[in-house]
Parts: sequence; C-alpha cells; structure tokens
Amino acid sequence: MSDDVTPRTREDQVYRDDPRLEVSGSPQHVAPETPRVEQREPGRIVRKAPPVVLERLNAWYGGMHSVRDLTLTFEANKATALIGPSGSGKSTVVRCINRMHEEIPGARAEGRVTLDEVDVYDAKVDVVAVRRSIGMVFQKPNPFPTMSIYDNVGAGLKLTARKVEHEQVERALRGAGLWEEVKDRLDQPGIGLSGGQQQRLCIARALAVEPDVLLMDEPASALDPISTLKIEELVEELKHSITIVIVTHNMQQAARVADSTAFMLNGELVEHGPTTKIFTNPDDTRTEEYVTGKFG
Amino acid sequence: MSSFSIESVNPRRRRTDKVARGVVLALTLIAIVPLVLVVYYLLKQGLGAISWSFFTTDPTGSFLGDPGGVKSAIIGTVMMVGLATIFAVPIGVGVAIWLVEFGRESKLAHAVRYFIDVMTGVPSIVFGLFVYITLVTSGFGGTSFAGWKGSVALALLMLPVVTRSAEVVLLLVPNTLREASYALGAPRWRTVLRVVLPAALPGMITGILLAVARAAGETAPLLFTAAVVNDSTFNLDERMNSLPALIFQNVGQAQDRLVQIAWGAALTLVAMILILTLLARLIQRRSRLS
Repeated sequence: MSDDVTPRTREDQVYRDDPRLEVSGSPQHVAPETPRVEQREPGRIVRKAPPVVLERLNAWYGGMHSVRDLTLTFEANKATALIGPSGSGKSTVVRCINRMHEEIPGARAEGRVTLDEVDVYDAKVDVVAVRRSIGMVFQKPNPFPTMSIYDNVGAGLKLTARKVEHEQVERALRGAGLWEEVKDRLDQPGIGLSGGQQQRLCIARALAVEPDVLLMDEPASALDPISTLKIEELVEELKHSITIVIVTHNMQQAARVADSTAFMLNGELVEHGPTTKIFTNPDDTRTEEYVTGKFG
Repeated sequence: MSSFSIESVNPRRRRTDKVARGVVLALTLIAIVPLVLVVYYLLKQGLGAISWSFFTTDPTGSFLGDPGGVKSAIIGTVMMVGLATIFAVPIGVGVAIWLVEFGRESKLAHAVRYFIDVMTGVPSIVFGLFVYITLVTSGFGGTSFAGWKGSVALALLMLPVVTRSAEVVLLLVPNTLREASYALGAPRWRTVLRVVLPAALPGMITGILLAVARAAGETAPLLFTAAVVNDSTFNLDERMNSLPALIFQNVGQAQDRLVQIAWGAALTLVAMILILTLLARLIQRRSRLS
C-alpha cells in the first residue's frame, strides 16, 4: 500500500486486495439490503488513506485485562465494524488507536498500532499529532456547549493553534451532510441542534482537521432511526477519503455500512472477515451464535 | 375487565402525603422569617440615615455634633475587597484547576484538599491575627496598619471559598467535553483554557461572588490590619476605613445618631452586595449562548 504508484493503479490495487471480490463478485455489493449504496460510486477513491494495523495489542484498566493480544488490520478507505457484546473490549480497541485509552487513570496499553508505517506508541511520536490524523466520534453527541456551530467545527483547528478559514468550516460541514441545514445559523450555539444534527456536527468537527482515519464509537446508538440512516450514509461517503472504524451494537448497521467486520468476545478477536461472510457463513460457532442473536 | 382496574389511592397514604407536604412548607416559612425580619429592620432603621450627604461626606468622629457620612468606609470596603479578590481569585481558581485537571487523586492533591477544608473552618479573626503579627507589627513595607494588609487578610479568608466552589464546578464539567477536545489533538492546557473554563465560568462566578460577599461583611480581620479611621483615601498603603468596621464602631455608641449611621451603613453594605450579584447575573446571561 505504501508503494509509490499512480492514483489509477492504487485504486486498482485496493480492489484487487478486496476480499469481497471473491465473495460477492461486485465491489458495489456491500450488503444486499442497501440499495442507496448503488446510487454512488463506492469504487471512487478521492483521497488515499492509510490502513491501521494492530499487532498484539493488549490493554488494561488497572488490573483488568480488557484487550488480549489483538492483531487486526483496518483496511484503507474501508469501513470496518467492530461488533461484540458489552464489555468485549470494542471501545477500548478504538480508544487505543488514537491513544485516548491512556487518558483514563490507571489504564495502559501494549503492542503496536501502526498508521502509515508509524507506530503511534513509539516514544518519539507526539500524541497530539496522532490525534490530529485520527479523528474520533463518540457515542453521545458532545458539541462544545459554549461555542457556536461555526466555532465547534473550527474547534479542532483552534485547539491546535491553527487558523480557521471559512472554507474549511464549510467543507467539513458539507462533508458531514450538515451544511444545508445550518448554513444560515452558523453563529447559533451548537447545542441548539437536534441530537442527530449534533452528532453530524461532531463528525464535521472531526473532519475539519482532515484526519486520515475516523474512529466512530457507537455513533448512532443515541439517535433516532432517520438520524442513524444519515450517519450510515455518511460513512459510505466518507470512505472515499478516509479509513473508518466503527464500533456498533447494531448488527444491521454493521451489515449495512461495513466492508469487513470483526467480532470480539471477552477482549479477544474471534473472527475478522468480509461483512457478508461474517453474517452469512462465519468460521467460528461463537460468531454465528452472536450474529444470529443466540447470546449478547 | 374489573380485575384490571386500578385501585383507588389509599386514604392513609394520601393523609401522610398531606402531612409531609405541610411539614416541609412550615419549615420553609420558618426559614424565611429571620430573612424577612433582617431586611425589614435594615430598611426601617437604615433608610432614615440615607441621604446624599451620607454617601458624600466622611465620618467626623464627633460624638455630639454632626456625625458625618460613610464615604471613607464605602471607598475602603470597595478597594480592599477588590484587591483581595484580585489576590484570591487567580490563586483559588488555579488551585482548583490543578486539583481537578492535574492533581486528581494524587497524595499532594489530597493533602491540598485537606488544608483547604481546614482553612475554611478557621475563624476570620485568626487570619486577622496572622496578618497582624506577620505584616503589621513587623512594619512590613514601612507601614503598620494599611489597606493592602487588610486585603491580604480578606484574601486568605476568600481563598478556600473560591477554591472549593471552583473545584466543584470544574468537576461538574462533563468528561465527554474534555475527551472531545483531547481527541481533536488539543493539549491539556488548551483544553482547560478553551473548553473546560468557559463551560465552568457561570458556576465559578457564583462561587466568587459568594466569597466577595463574605469578605465584604468581615469586620474582625480588618480591625487590626487596616484599622478604623475617618478620612477617605484611595491609597492602599494607608489606614483605611471599611463599612463593617464602621458599623462595629458606631453601633455600640450611646448616641442615637451614631447608631443610625451604623444602620445606614449596614443597609448600604447589603445593597452593594445585592447590586454586585445582580450585575454578575446580568453579564452572565448576556455572555452565555442559550
């Protein structure tokens, strides 16, 4: 992936590597029940993003070993879903990628997390730089209550001592599919928006710093079905320019948005594969039991 | 159908509910009684003293003649409490930020919290004595009694109030906001400055006002730090009058006119704090996005 190749061949390479080609025979074929995907061109990569590679990742909260020896690759310009029952370590994995895990007192992580050949846990790597290139969207919408819509979007730039250009704010809001709804009231407080709009505002805030990777920790679990649908459509759209990791409790959601799915149980990776395979023909019986609703 | 009908309310439960409501209402009224009486007496006794010259002339110190006004005491209180606020607020807020954002559960943080709690319980006269011994009797800065020394005593008094209230408000700022900021790559200090403090500001102002109100009403720490004088001064290096000290001095006099001055001064003090609180509320409401 890091080879110096022209955009054209890079694009080809992505699809040659695509495991779905063998399964479904069509790159458009993400999940059969999502016709709206076809309206776009899922194959069109606007901006090449790096993959995220986890190698033997272990994470602890004090004495609790919550992620065990996890090795997993989140492919570039794809959406990967992390599924599993509560407490299986999905969120912890995501928080290890942008080093948010270490913000919790008593928490620590070991192993390698590589982004673009750089180990984010390397002693020479600046945690601030890591978080600038890996954006994050949280379970509950958390816009800054004292800031306007405009300032919320620009917050990532301001908080890292950069100038905020109107054009960047507009691009981020357009990217989050919120521009048309808020363009006439950019100076109003961000918390005045509806829950779904607030979550898209948070996505716009993450996009404004132009990350390579977007981590989404159950981004739609606090939202109504229509807002959820909008977030899912966004994921489809955002894949063209960034790599997405999405934690979800909602298996239909994973089936709808994810190219590949990883199933976790008790801190361990049980199975990782193309979404269609995980949901129709998984290798592990535990995966099958979980996706068919026998436990979890 | 009838087997699903909802039972009517048990009359005993209804009675208990009524009694409980009556009791809490009665307690509320009892609590209001002294408040209302204080305001009533302040107005009744104090209003008679209030006139234009009351605010524009200094006390004369004359026992039989014209007692003068309270100008020097108003100036002294405003200046000394103002300086004390300038001392106490940055330090108090700084300590609170350190406790919440950096010290957290460390041993030092626990020790600091313990000392702040102890400081809250220290009687105000002890702070006055402390400043008296360290700054007044030693002739620190070439003066004995001085306005700024009074401010130091008041600041010591305000410090634990400001710190504790700021700490509580900072703890109330949801952690999700800090996480959102960190996840954007913001360093911790900028998160505190741009995200946490603005969110905590309204609550902090309330705590600061509480401390200001407490300091403005203190007599004991000022008696032997700033002393009691008649003349007005804007120089914090000189002895300064203050409203509480003036009240203390006049109210015990066997001279009705002086007692009335004390009541007028008390009313002025309460009015000043009320105006300050209202102003702060107004600014808060204007600056807050809602």
